[in-house]
Amino acid sequence: MTGLLRPSAVGRSPVRVDGPAKVTGRAPYAYEQPVREPAYVHPVQATIARGRVTAIHTGAALALDGVLTVLTPENAPHLERGIDPELEILQSPDVAFRGQLVGAVVAETPEVARQAAGLVRIEYERAEHDCVFSADRTDLYRPEVVNPSLPTDTSDGDVGTALRDAERTVVATYTTAMTHNNPMEPHTTVAVWDDDGLTLYDSTQGVHAMRESVAPVLGLDPGVVRVVAPYVGGGFGSKGTAHAHLVLAALAAKRTAGRPVKLALTRQQMFSLVGYRTPTVQRVGLGADPDGRLTALSVDVVEQTARIKEFAEQTGVPARKVYAAPNRRTTHRLAALDVPVPSWMRAPGECPGMFGPEVAMDELAQACDIDPVELRIRNEPETDPETGLPFSSRDLVGCLREGADRFGWRRRDPRPRARLEDGWWVGTGVASSTYPVHASPGTTATVRISPDGRYEVLIGAVDIGTGAWTALTQIAADALGVPAEDVHLHIGDTDLPEAPVAGGSSGTTNWGSAIVAAARSFREKYGPDAGPGDEHTASTAENPFAQRYAMRAFGAQFAEVRVHADTGEIRVPRLLGVFAAGRIVNPRTARSQLTGGMTMGLSMALHEESVFDDRFGFVVNHDLAEYHIATCADVRSVEAYWRDEHDPYVNPMGTKGIGEIGIVGTAAAIANAAHHATGARVRDLPMTPDKFCE
Amino acid sequence: MIPFDYRRAGDAETAVAAVAGNPGAAFLGGGTNLVDHMKLGVAEPDLLVDVTRLPFDSVDPLPGGGLRIGAGVRNSDLAADERVRTRYPVLAEALLSGASGQLRNLATTGGNLLQRTRCGYFQDVTTPCNKRRPGEGCSAREGYHRYHAILGASPHCVAVHPSDLAVALTALDAVVRVRGPRDGHGERAIPAAELHRLPGEHPEWDTVLGHGDLITAVDLPPLPMAARSRYRKVRDRASYAFALVSVAAAVELTGDVIGDVRIALGGVAHKPWRATLAEAALRGRPPDRAEFRAAAEAELADAQPLRDNRFKVPMARNTIVSVLAGLTGEEPR
Repeated sequence: MTGLLRPSAVGRSPVRVDGPAKVTGRAPYAYEQPVREPAYVHPVQATIARGRVTAIHTGAALALDGVLTVLTPENAPHLERGIDPELEILQSPDVAFRGQLVGAVVAETPEVARQAAGLVRIEYERAEHDCVFSADRTDLYRPEVVNPSLPTDTSDGDVGTALRDAERTVVATYTTAMTHNNPMEPHTTVAVWDDDGLTLYDSTQGVHAMRESVAPVLGLDPGVVRVVAPYVGGGFGSKGTAHAHLVLAALAAKRTAGRPVKLALTRQQMFSLVGYRTPTVQRVGLGADPDGRLTALSVDVVEQTARIKEFAEQTGVPARKVYAAPNRRTTHRLAALDVPVPSWMRAPGECPGMFGPEVAMDELAQACDIDPVELRIRNEPETDPETGLPFSSRDLVGCLREGADRFGWRRRDPRPRARLEDGWWVGTGVASSTYPVHASPGTTATVRISPDGRYEVLIGAVDIGTGAWTALTQIAADALGVPAEDVHLHIGDTDLPEAPVAGGSSGTTNWGSAIVAAARSFREKYGPDAGPGDEHTASTAENPFAQRYAMRAFGAQFAEVRVHADTGEIRVPRLLGVFAAGRIVNPRTARSQLTGGMTMGLSMALHEESVFDDRFGFVVNHDLAEYHIATCADVRSVEAYWRDEHDPYVNPMGTKGIGEIGIVGTAAAIANAAHHATGARVRDLPMTPDKFCE
Repeated sequence: MIPFDYRRAGDAETAVAAVAGNPGAAFLGGGTNLVDHMKLGVAEPDLLVDVTRLPFDSVDPLPGGGLRIGAGVRNSDLAADERVRTRYPVLAEALLSGASGQLRNLATTGGNLLQRTRCGYFQDVTTPCNKRRPGEGCSAREGYHRYHAILGASPHCVAVHPSDLAVALTALDAVVRVRGPRDGHGERAIPAAELHRLPGEHPEWDTVLGHGDLITAVDLPPLPMAARSRYRKVRDRASYAFALVSVAAAVELTGDVIGDVRIALGGVAHKPWRATLAEAALRGRPPDRAEFRAAAEAELADAQPLRDNRFKVPMARNTIVSVLAGLTGEEPR
């Protein structure tokens, strides 16, 4: 590696490049893309959890003024089969989960499409469905791998014996709830067929990823599919993979004789069509000596997947990476149910997987009578516990110490249920955070000089609200050695060089690395005196250090919790996180990512739960009045800090990714603080008032 | 949503006649609940009669010291009314604990009282619900019923009424003024505590109002003890959530004992629940936590919680204790 980029624009906090357009309403999101004479499509969803459609009556819908067509399994255009069952919609009468697409109405207005969808009458042959998630099921199975392609089980030493022989043990079961991503902007697509092929204006985290998913299902060469996404209102993973509605928009637009078709899912529809986080059951075992040094660590995870398509959340994975212990085991088992397809939700694996073990560490600290910060420091591994590789950089201990200082941890009375203020029990807690460094070699970028002398930087990246527009401009400026004002960035279009999704906290890593590669080779080729028309494209290579170092970001989160002594209401007046995540490109947007992650972690800890009624197979509380996300009133002081971390191995910018680590560990810190406040150990999320009301 | 006609009423008489004469018609206030229901298919009116321009948009003094609240007064305006804030703080607190600022700016006094349950099955037309379609069965009884009733439910319905305002009005002995198709040019008065009903055999009826009955005003009696009143709402998040349980209360101390007390509970029944047993148990008793608790337990003795809402019984008990302790100057524990 030729050394880290010398920062000039990087490390500063310019205002968002896209800010003025967004706050003045001039940034077109997918649904707002101006197209000529659009028609509108509204889905019809199955109201049974398993079975098949035996008849579909479309007469009333078709009779409605303004209805153009009704798509059904009987008449829908053909799709290629055997590629992705989630995307192969309307190809058979079979129903695999409630809410699955069984039809759609295309009409002149969204109102008429919606009204007509309500007039489509469907007859079913019901089959017995099974949506009951339980760790006690006898048909749990072991997936081949867990997301994205990690070992399902790991084992070192002999955990059973070590736990039995340990002088201090914690063995307990922890659960996290089914949760839904719920980005502010619903999933929307505008599909346009013309002589050149298909254009999809889509609210997505990855334009090329959508093209790669949807083109083969439509039987198209990816080259004739264009996906455009200049602005996206959040995704949290739910827009990282293609979902059924994207195909539906394309199918509907096949039946409109060239008219574009617009589709916007309702909030309720999002609860069955765009993924969610599986509920998890985590059986955690910790064994330690009286000084708190771990001798055994096990995490056995049970979670659910959809019968039609497997997604195995890697919940046990972080426990392989954080603490040293000679005897270790992680396992994952799945229940395949008649449920909607689970998928990525902010920090899949790490987020739920740092709940159980990090609460267990708090319980172990109590069992050993050791401060929970000190306990974590004592178990700091010298190398990656799973692979034995050295870490490219790792500063969990620094995060814990700095966080403890900033938070005022030393003044803490360790006794639980010891502080009562104005009728509220008060406590504090800590937990560790971690998130891997992901990289996708082959990410491509182009640098060229436009006729007006500006540097144009082209890459098929997507800014889902994170600040990529701004951060990539800064990186490009430094890589080219020019002021940021001289850089004109183009992103969000498959016509631009190929780039991976905004996911896995890897956007800046992948896209930035490609921009640096293109800029450096552009300079090598043209020197400092490049002129209009000069252009160069480059791709990222495999990182040679990836095989020699373990690469992860770490952090420590501290929480203050108040629990009302009479009612059990729980509040979090203070969250403080310190992170070691490599170099920070833009402190303004980075802080927003980290505090946003922590806020979502608070929401997961106290509020979020998709209440699944397994009799019907649906989420009962499927709107934002009933599915609770933390409100402003729930979020008081949230502070995020970071350590200066110099890591020459991860990538030319020295970045590790910050989009997800903020949500990792928050819920455990809050649960640990709630225990410190009340003496009640809550091991099941969300921590609602009933769990503290006695 | 299906197409519908919209008419703006110029006066109450026309409005009542327009709705009464059409079984598919409904009054439109702020629309914060009705329009939601129209999108969801829960309500399918073919005519909306907008009553927000009727002259029911002020809060006026009543002879004798009470206040008349026009049915069209927006929740935000009512909560901000100085007379309400000083003389009936329980009412202002109840309003401000409901919904969000934007919704309160739109929602009217009359519409707030007539909002319908938030039961998830009621709001999803693909599941059975006796309130939506009598005779279909109740999905909540064996399903998701964390928010549901612990008092006064029936085998047909376990829903709760979601209004905070109604709970405060019940504690205050407010009177709802109604003009209906059979009332001629006059109005009839219904005590707030009797406006809503228990589900019994007819969960489809939320209130005692008939089709075409229009709420025109709510009268608050002069109630000096209400100056010392409070609304406490316990919920799953700090804002924008419906009550798990709520307590509206006012206390008057006479010497060392409780002279008079008003308590109403929200989130526990199909209607705001006036805690008459607790009130009776407290009159003449010293204001201490043990007395409050005994009174609360007396009120909740007949509670019949469901599988997953047993917590509401201790939560309601503790909240009653907490509110009464606060009102009588008892230290928080």
